Amino acid sequence: MTEHSKKEILDTEPTHHEVHIVSPKIYAVIFITLLFFTGLTVAASYLELGVFNAVVALAIACTKAVLVILFFMHVKYSSRLTKLTVAAGFFTFLILITMSLTDYISRAWGLW
Amino acid sequence: MRCNPLDSQAIAVPATKSEIVHEHSPHLEHHFATESQQREASNFGMWLFLLTEIMFFGGMFTAYLIYRIWYYPAFVAGSHWMIIWAGTLNTVVLICSSFTMAMGVHSAEIRNRKLLLRYLIATLLLGCVFLGIKAFEWHDEWEHHHVPGLNFSINEFTHVDPRYPLDKPLPRDMAEKTQDYFSLYFLLTGVHALHMLIGVSILLFIIFHAWRGAYTTGNMNFVENFGLYWHFVDIVWIFLFPLLYLISRHQ
Repeated sequence: MTEHSKKEILDTEPTHHEVHIVSPKIYAVIFITLLFFTGLTVAASYLELGVFNAVVALAIACTKAVLVILFFMHVKYSSRLTKLTVAAGFFTFLILITMSLTDYISRAWGLW
Repeated sequence: MRCNPLDSQAIAVPATKSEIVHEHSPHLEHHFATESQQREASNFGMWLFLLTEIMFFGGMFTAYLIYRIWYYPAFVAGSHWMIIWAGTLNTVVLICSSFTMAMGVHSAEIRNRKLLLRYLIATLLLGCVFLGIKAFEWHDEWEHHHVPGLNFSINEFTHVDPRYPLDKPLPRDMAEKTQDYFSLYFLLTGVHALHMLIGVSILLFIIFHAWRGAYTTGNMNFVENFGLYWHFVDIVWIFLFPLLYLISRHQ
């Protein structure tokens, strides 16, 4: 394969994506942040926040998950195909969970 | 001349011999045009698999949330028996293992065999530590008669819990429902631990091949995709930990 034809492929290749090597520094920063959030969520669970105990814990969990997905799983540096796949998957998942839960939460079925 | 992949007409043109015999990296499969396309395709496939896994775990999470709404007092009382320090330690262990795995993938990227081996072995050990702590917790629950179906007693829920003296003991029928909490607890942590076990087994396989230098010569798709799996299992635990251990601490 000549250099020219190779370049031609790269230009027309619909799935081509320049691979980005993430530096260990970024991994270290994310690692420390994840540990910090773990400490935070445990500390928050010892506070009396009423219904917000669950809200805070889940918000922190979502933040941690997003950090892992974006950086450890390289989605931030991935092609549009991967980004769209991940986003579409989570979107579908959220619809399934939310729709199921709206039904169960909103019905005043009374005393369980 | 190579056909333009976007042009469906051109694909029908039969390949000439010069097209079939061409030089490329030994890692490139023939049905891919470039190595980056090959890598992209395998990542895409891995993500599709992970999405099915998200749906799989998502169903169980939803079941947990619905039962928690139904039998709220039982779920609060049940989760008061979780060992917070063990759960926290396990979260830290898994985050560390995710970090070492990410560094392992990085080592494969920069083609450093020694570093790759070191990080993979660290990941393996951390995975085993996680399973060990989990086994310790399960043993503790067995001792407290908290295993539905095999060894369960509602005794601790029909009396005032000495660690939560302000809580009222549960009425008998609600105390029975703590079995639902522990069933879901064992289902969720069990399936998660099964994923860890599968991950550890694949890691052993990867370490063996990495030791022979398989992933540091330019073909790291397998390590990279395994990394995605390992991080996914970490994410599942990131949600399991607050849902099972933390959110009912104070109710």
